[in-house]
Amino acid sequence: MDWGALHTILGGVNKHSTSIGKIWLTVLFIFRIMILVVAAERVWGDEQDDFICNTLQPGCKNVCYDHFFPISHIRLWALQLIFVSTPALLVAMHVAYRRHEKKRQFRKGDQKCEYKDIEEIRRQRFHIEGSLWWTYTSSIFFRLVFEAVFMYAFYFMYDGFRMPRLMKCNAWPCPNTVDCFVSRPTEKTVFTIFMIAVSSICILLNVAELCYLLTKFFLRRSKKAGSTKHHPNHENKEETKQNEMNELISDSCQNTVIGFSS
Amino acid sequence: SWVFLCDLLSGVNAYSTGIGRIWVAVVFVFRLLVYVVAVENIWKYANDEFECDIRHPGCENVCFDHFFPISHISLLALQLIMVSTPSLLVVFHAAYREKKHHNQKLYKHLGELDGGLLCTYLISLILKTGFEIVFLVLFYNLYNGFQVPRIMKCDVRPCPKAVDCYISKPTEKIIFLSFLVASSCLCIVLYLSELSYLVFKYFIKCYLKRYIKKCQ
Repeated sequence: MDWGALHTILGGVNKHSTSIGKIWLTVLFIFRIMILVVAAERVWGDEQDDFICNTLQPGCKNVCYDHFFPISHIRLWALQLIFVSTPALLVAMHVAYRRHEKKRQFRKGDQKCEYKDIEEIRRQRFHIEGSLWWTYTSSIFFRLVFEAVFMYAFYFMYDGFRMPRLMKCNAWPCPNTVDCFVSRPTEKTVFTIFMIAVSSICILLNVAELCYLLTKFFLRRSKKAGSTKHHPNHENKEETKQNEMNELISDSCQNTVIGFSS
Repeated sequence: SWVFLCDLLSGVNAYSTGIGRIWVAVVFVFRLLVYVVAVENIWKYANDEFECDIRHPGCENVCFDHFFPISHISLLALQLIMVSTPSLLVVFHAAYREKKHHNQKLYKHLGELDGGLLCTYLISLILKTGFEIVFLVLFYNLYNGFQVPRIMKCDVRPCPKAVDCYISKPTEKIIFLSFLVASSCLCIVLYLSELSYLVFKYFIKCYLKRYIKKCQ
């Protein structure tokens, strides 16, 4: 159990994403999760062991380390990646719910059902429209919020993105202001800047995807308004579907009432 | 390795209601994944990095054992395992019934539980809720309310006097403990919602059946 399980879950969502969404997912897995896994052990592995303070006072090192690193970089990134990936689960759940409804219709023997077998439903790719559009757009919005919050939290906690070589600490029980030295500060700074840069790219991709979805939505609406204006007697595809659904509901209601009364 | 638990949870998914599936997702992402990716590493060297302000041999060991009779991470792992295990009841019961019906797939409709399987599912929910609450209470009592102090005073023999002992990374430990406790509480809310939903659905069904019989 590791990031592979997350990959499996999110891989399913990939099928129903836009092209920008697919690029985002690739960037997430290759440039963030893989780098985190590689950097975590190699660069931050000896984090506390090689954090050295210029004192022999027992406990001073522990307290100073805790003071300067309330939460380690790699764990903050791990949490960020988990939170940023979670909104995609909403989309996965919505898609699964839609599939479940279609399978139910198929089993009922719905003549208007356009599938030949149940496997086709499983393989079907849903277009991002209707309620799925709202779920997808909300998931992108939450992703943006989480990315921004974590980046700000990182900046706030570590006073910027640079890892200093030397830190001065005078927390109790250190007897005076002692010098503490971080292990591999330059390498850590390089990885930090890399992760922040990729995080910014992901934010840009999310913003682009959001703009794309909104543009598509407004264009579709104006097209619909335009076509209804010119051809008021034409029912469009969605209205036809809604009418069919209304028929189905009224049929099933009638059957239920008949069932109860008999 | 947590692969077995992953497989178990994936298997449970097939027989769960909608809320049950949300629970599986919460456990996977917010508890199991966070545990494996972050929590295990924080507590990896907890014993080595625990330091007391004394050179007397054995004092550190005894103090660590006094403050952490069972380490946070072991308790969290136990909690995860115990909370996922009642789902095995549902999986075994479903497998037994499928075998009884000559290996026909019993529940093609996901989440449609009835009769004996519904009973088993409800029992598993009650057990899960029980385990979660027991572990949270145990945690609260053992560690004085989810606290991880920076400095602790220890005067257990063979320490010659009250010595100061320092835990490593207390702030990080508090952050992740709070996160996991919050996920645990969320899971309890999900269990109770699912329990109420299933019980309510069952009573409505019974009441409607009785009402139809009365009308006839």
